Amino acid sequence: MEIFQIVGLGIIATIMIVILKDFRPEFIIFISIITGLIIFSLILNKLVYVVDVMKNLSLKANLEIEYFSIILKIIGMSYIVEFGSQICRDADQNSIAMKIELAGKVSIMILAIPILMSLMDLILKILP
Amino acid sequence: MDVDLIFKIAGLGMIVAVIHIVLDKSGKEEYAYLVTLVGVVIVLGVVINLVSKLFDNVKVLFKLY
Repeated sequence: MEIFQIVGLGIIATIMIVILKDFRPEFIIFISIITGLIIFSLILNKLVYVVDVMKNLSLKANLEIEYFSIILKIIGMSYIVEFGSQICRDADQNSIAMKIELAGKVSIMILAIPILMSLMDLILKILP
Repeated sequence: MDVDLIFKIAGLGMIVAVIHIVLDKSGKEEYAYLVTLVGVVIVLGVVINLVSKLFDNVKVLFKLY
């Protein structure tokens, strides 16, 4: 099953990192990035399936498709921001990680503005 | 995405570490750091290639164009 492979991979990579820690610390970040990449690519095709199912559900409930695509964009962006900031935290660069997260929050906020606008219009319509 | 990439990079790191120590002990520190730099650059090329592939996958998956 997939999950055993992923857990085994993570443990082996951690052992490699411990071995390399006192010899050449430069390679530690590379190994952790590569492990994260491989684990994500293992779960990628399952993620595509989940996204398709959610799309069909939102179509069946005849929601506007652009709301769902905005939500999807926000999820993707938050994953990338998390990926980058965790790598920086691994390298003890908390300030850079904080900057990346700030930029991610701002861009997600910009993505969410249309939804807020339509919500406001809806509320104004409801009020007498 | 092949799993043995981790072992390749870890092995490369160990080889570079051994070469670094050998060169250090034989008195040629400059070459030691040069070898380490070359090793880091090679691995950086591989990692950046893979990171760009990951970003393309995420872009296609979440329609982030």
